[in-house]
Amino acid sequence: MAKKVIVQANLNDNDTEFLSEPRQSLLEVLRETLALTGTKEGCNDGNCGACTVMVDGRIVNSCLMLAVEAEGKKITTIEGIAQADKLHPLQQSFLEEAALQCGICTPGFIVAAKGLLDREPKADEHRVRHWLAGNLCRCTGYDKIIRAVLKAEKEL
Amino acid sequence: MPLVFIPSAMRHLTGSVDKIRVEGATVRQILNNLEAMYPGFKERIVDAEEALQPGVAIAVGQELSVLGVLTPVNEADEVHFIPAIGGGMV
Amino acid sequence: MTTTENRPQFKVVGTRPVRHDGLEKVTGKAKYGADVILPGMLYGKVLRSPHPHARIKSIDTSGALKIPGVKAVVTAKDLPIQSDKMVELGEAHANMKQIAENCLANDKVLYKGHAVAAVAATSPHIAEEALDAIKVVYEVLPFVLNVDDAMKPGATLLHENMVTRAVLGGKPDPAKQVGKSNVSSEMRWVGGNLEQAWKDSHVIVEREYFTKPVHQGYIEPHVTTVNWNPDGKITVWTSTQHTFGVRQQAAAILQVPEGMVKVIPMEIGGGFGGKINVYLEPAAAMLSKKTGHPVKMVMTRKEVFEASGPTSGSHMKMKVGATKDGKITGWQLWLAFEAGAYPGSPVAMGAMCSSAPYIVENFDVSALDIVVNKPKVAAYRAPGSPIGAFAVESTLDELAEKLGMDPMDFRLKNAAKEGTRQITGAPLGKIGNIEVMTQVKNHPHYKSPLPVGPNVGRGVGMGYWFNIGMQSSAALNVNPDGSVSLVTGSVDIGGTRVAVAMQAAEILGIRAEDVIPTVADTDSIGWTGVTGGSRTAFATGIAAINAAEEVKKQLIARAALMWEVKPEDIEFKDGLYINKKSPKDSVTMKQLAAKMMMTGGYVTASATANPRMAGAAYGAMIVDVKVDPETGKVDLLRVTAFQDAGKAAHPSYVEGQIQGGAVQGIGWALNEEYFHTTDGVMANSSWLDYRMPTSLDLPMIDPVIIEVPNPGHPFGLRGVGEVGICAPMAAIRNAIFRATGARMYHLPMNPGSIVEAIGAKKAAGHTNGAAKK
Repeated sequence: MAKKVIVQANLNDNDTEFLSEPRQSLLEVLRETLALTGTKEGCNDGNCGACTVMVDGRIVNSCLMLAVEAEGKKITTIEGIAQADKLHPLQQSFLEEAALQCGICTPGFIVAAKGLLDREPKADEHRVRHWLAGNLCRCTGYDKIIRAVLKAEKEL
Repeated sequence: MPLVFIPSAMRHLTGSVDKIRVEGATVRQILNNLEAMYPGFKERIVDAEEALQPGVAIAVGQELSVLGVLTPVNEADEVHFIPAIGGGMV
Repeated sequence: MTTTENRPQFKVVGTRPVRHDGLEKVTGKAKYGADVILPGMLYGKVLRSPHPHARIKSIDTSGALKIPGVKAVVTAKDLPIQSDKMVELGEAHANMKQIAENCLANDKVLYKGHAVAAVAATSPHIAEEALDAIKVVYEVLPFVLNVDDAMKPGATLLHENMVTRAVLGGKPDPAKQVGKSNVSSEMRWVGGNLEQAWKDSHVIVEREYFTKPVHQGYIEPHVTTVNWNPDGKITVWTSTQHTFGVRQQAAAILQVPEGMVKVIPMEIGGGFGGKINVYLEPAAAMLSKKTGHPVKMVMTRKEVFEASGPTSGSHMKMKVGATKDGKITGWQLWLAFEAGAYPGSPVAMGAMCSSAPYIVENFDVSALDIVVNKPKVAAYRAPGSPIGAFAVESTLDELAEKLGMDPMDFRLKNAAKEGTRQITGAPLGKIGNIEVMTQVKNHPHYKSPLPVGPNVGRGVGMGYWFNIGMQSSAALNVNPDGSVSLVTGSVDIGGTRVAVAMQAAEILGIRAEDVIPTVADTDSIGWTGVTGGSRTAFATGIAAINAAEEVKKQLIARAALMWEVKPEDIEFKDGLYINKKSPKDSVTMKQLAAKMMMTGGYVTASATANPRMAGAAYGAMIVDVKVDPETGKVDLLRVTAFQDAGKAAHPSYVEGQIQGGAVQGIGWALNEEYFHTTDGVMANSSWLDYRMPTSLDLPMIDPVIIEVPNPGHPFGLRGVGEVGICAPMAAIRNAIFRATGARMYHLPMNPGSIVEAIGAKKAAGHTNGAAKK
């Protein structure tokens, strides 16, 4: 086992320091070391988007990024999307539109959709579908997810 | 008298009879009466302890029974022996 | 869009409250199976067979045990169960010995990915590295990958002593058995006079179909954590559709009393039937017993593909005839389904469901269950029905075309209704088949002109699922603030907490938000069946209704006590308890609850229901496609999915089931398959290569809820979870024909196969070629 490395990053608006083996993914460290289990593992090979987080404002599959690469970066996970007791409009619209069934893909979808709306707050249906094509959902057929994102745009 | 439908796979026992009226107030009584008429009938439906054979279900009327051989049967009921249904999903 | 018969209006049922567990799920706080972290927890990993079929000559685990951090290794020899044991699991019988062997192979491995040994270590990385240090010597055997090869004379046998069992045919007589076989069972339904039916037919169509195994594709991999204490108590934290089923399987395989096993349901990240049988629990339990620590095991996505799930691949033949005016005369269907490595495909369901929308009087239907060297199949949304429906709905489309009839007119002409006898002889109950067909025919989508342009076509298909009932339990505790805590044993896989809570709220005349639902472990609630078979909102709903009725009865008694009148002097109306002797005296549940301590203590009630009339479900799809004849790519232009929900408890989640089922069917139709190399290895065991539908592949899915109430439920609910997956394959296939003139006989209808079919059609110069393999 290689020696662990100290990593300093801003995590959900808190300056954080953690230890990571060089081989550990950001996903593994978030979940197993930092107990941020809201970020989900669906495939561990970058194909489902359940582990989506934001790194310096860009969406990233955290299973494909080494934790040591987080040094100096600003990381936002699903736990950092709501502000205090106020849900993000995306979270609210996912609830109201019944845009989740089992809910395992939901954190990834919400973080990914936030990544879109931060840049393109008026994205149309096709653009939303294109942006979210890296996030798999097996329960909903995507219909209500797309509607929830389009609804959140109106609330922003 | 209840009307019992004979599954295709068992009609060689009944001389091709596909339905027959049989006395009985429970599935057990009906099975015993059928066994007397057509030896070998009962063991195809239930085992020695009268539990349903794997893959077999009993329907009385339109309802799938949960009581096996203990299911009450009324005079006007139909009794069906059908493959068991497993659930899937979601 | 919802169509409703005239009937009493509900206050809560039929509305769309926010689900109670939603907030935790949109904020990442909800705890799923992989989120369990326990003190001293070890991590388990599984060594899997590289061969599709081999005898295990020896397993040497000594190298692994020498690695620092490795705490234990287990193999099949460690599993207590060593003989066949049949138990009734859900409504299907299961051989526990075979389930155990599927979790850890005994003397043979039967598919690539079959578990051989498991390691527990202090980190998942160490456990994974230790797998390489386990030495297994295999004697590689020939293998079979499809039903036709498995049935060939001289084919390698997966189970050397297996003889074909005729269901309802009694014990097989080994003396009469010509030979051992990979065909585990056969079923046959015969009725009417088929020979005469063919003579009476004006048109006969005979076709042949092939489909591949497909995976349920839940996003959450299989996961479990097991702790086995020295006092014999076993606790399982797992992601399952059926806690009591996990308890039953674990107890049987580990040979411990069921009462010693407690199963705690974590939130579940999808299942679709694939999370009923155990895969990891036996190994995790034995590793925990050996080490004295809790052991957590999580499958990789590759393991999920290679060693769990899928549903059957198949080979089917269908012959069907009709008179000139479109009445079905004869019906001959032969279905051979892959069971995977152990018997138990859903072929009987495929046979029974696919004829259920129609009046079929002269028939000969055969169903074969066949083992092959692939993972053991698991239930998948309406198991068997979508496969049979692909053959039936495709053949009927060709028959209607030959008759020059509109495909829905043809179906309506032959539509089954209440009392119609199915091929089993049993009559159908109150069903919405004709209502669904009529809605399709009258829907604006069906009446609209096709989108302009070349290579555009429209197709339709029907689907059917039995739905099941079975036992469920519920407990209600009235809180002093007037809210009610609702405890059930039904794992919530897609919004059933809210759907069940709404039914209790309806009875009590309170808001859905005033019912607080919890899903409890196996020690904390009465026995409850699987979240599956489309039964949860229906059967657990009835248990909750029964408990709510008991609460209401007690609250009426409390009101009577307060006003010094008899319970029969109390009227319950719109959430108010009214003193009929003095109608100005009325109280709400909240007011009664606040006075519980003065009127005899806290009010609680529990109930168990075992309903049987689950109310069968019919569904349909209309789909418009555009096909690129150069590339074979199919674009879905418009999709409308119809379903009889009886009564939609929470219409948003009913729509969600319809849409989700439709899209799984779309994936099955166009992309998804287990692609095996000639080495017997699944070549596409990642989501990149397996390619489930993404948001970009799809249009909105327009759900149409039809409500023909189920007399077996107080509010008329039918199961809604499954039937939506049945119609899409044939509907898309029939649309592709109208877009291109090419008839498809294989699933998936991927671009390559469509280009090939268009080419073959051009070469043949006609449109109705028989199936070619």
